[in-house]
Amino acid sequence: MSTPVAAGLSNEEILRYSRHLIIPEVGMEGQLKLKEAKVLLIGAGGLGAPLGLYLAAAGVGRLGVVDFDVVDFTNLQRQVIHGTSDVGRKKLDSAAESMREINPNVRIDRFDTALSSENALGILKDYDVVVDGTDNFPTRYLVNDACVLLGKPNVYGSIFRFEGQATVFAYRGGPCYRCLYPEPPPPGLVPSCAEGGVLGILPGLIGLVQATEAVKLILGIGEPLAGRLLLYDALNMRFRELKLRRDPECPVCGDHPSIRELIDYHQFCGVPRQAAAPAEGQMEVTELKAKMDRGDKFVLVDVREPHEYEICRIPGSRLIPLRDLPKRVGELNPADEIVVHCKSGGRSAKAVEFLTKAGFSTVSNLSGGILAWSEKVDPKVPKY
Amino acid sequence: MPRILIPTPLRQYAGNLDSVELNGKTVGELLGALTAEYDELRRHLYTGEGKLRSFVNIYVNDEDIRHLDKEATSVAEADTISIVPSIAGGR
Repeated sequence: MSTPVAAGLSNEEILRYSRHLIIPEVGMEGQLKLKEAKVLLIGAGGLGAPLGLYLAAAGVGRLGVVDFDVVDFTNLQRQVIHGTSDVGRKKLDSAAESMREINPNVRIDRFDTALSSENALGILKDYDVVVDGTDNFPTRYLVNDACVLLGKPNVYGSIFRFEGQATVFAYRGGPCYRCLYPEPPPPGLVPSCAEGGVLGILPGLIGLVQATEAVKLILGIGEPLAGRLLLYDALNMRFRELKLRRDPECPVCGDHPSIRELIDYHQFCGVPRQAAAPAEGQMEVTELKAKMDRGDKFVLVDVREPHEYEICRIPGSRLIPLRDLPKRVGELNPADEIVVHCKSGGRSAKAVEFLTKAGFSTVSNLSGGILAWSEKVDPKVPKY
Repeated sequence: MPRILIPTPLRQYAGNLDSVELNGKTVGELLGALTAEYDELRRHLYTGEGKLRSFVNIYVNDEDIRHLDKEATSVAEADTISIVPSIAGGR
């Protein structure tokens, strides 16, 4: 098969891609396909980092990146496209600079925005392959539906702690994300990487599985990871594969689709668009400090996990991890004033709800958790 | 005995084990035995009405039970049952 390609390769490019050009399955024809290809990366984070670096190096001609975030120190353990001196910069700028340094021949399109139902079709329509490296359920369903509606392959990867999943959705009428998971979990039941943590190496491996699939799709070689869900378990160093079938009843890619345009994905996933107004029973960290200084009588309960307590703690706090609270509630006196805290305020809100139902009358939630304490009261307490 | 593989996000509710061997002739029986032993797992696998949650998939070897006989899918001694919840992390 030979497709006429307008642009050839310069001598610099021929030298740069030499190790591709001498593989028969790639060769000049394949390298020109890569140069003509347009790939969109949703997210320049853990998965987006290896994707951006390797797809730029491989010579993908046009790479779009969608991200609105700023580099922070907690990213550096895994997001290798950003460096220490990039902390505080836009991820888009930092990623584009790294990619351009690796390969100045690549055209980079920057989308400094959150992908939304309003902008998704317009952004995705110009690309051949979409790679999903986001971190939340609403965007996952949005990317899926947009890819199905536009008929674009969606190279999917997701990670948690030591475990990853990867597949290619919506490849030539094949199964989509909704065929695999028709509905998202209710908010709060499945922890994110920010709450649950992730082994820094893991997104490197899963991101490169995605990069491999993107390159194969562009070159039209090999067997795409479509109709198969790849599971990776880093601790046991085991790869497994499960069958993935299109659901004829699927609301977006099935025989009689009910979703023909993008919907409200925050509503679909039960996630409020904006954080709720501070509820009753919140306490600011400065108020807690004032209570301590006054010598008020109260009990400060830390509901984080023991390994987090090892990292840092607020003086005088008592550790009762959230999930032990039901069986250890007897250690607390309902007549005492109780202040509960966690890392940033989410788990402690659940603890306050539990204690209030259990008959505790003066319970408050420390707003912003130990992170706010570190920010506003005691910077010697490390943030993590 | 059939082996049930527990995914990372659910291990904390299953005594931190990555796999469990249990007796049962069908997927429903095995998951029943599993949640009887690890009560905390139940709300992560089933809704309040006792239906398997739609963001948790169950496979017998490499086949999704939704394409077999769902919870009535029979299980042989050497089979591996995988619980595969959806995860969204990527950053």
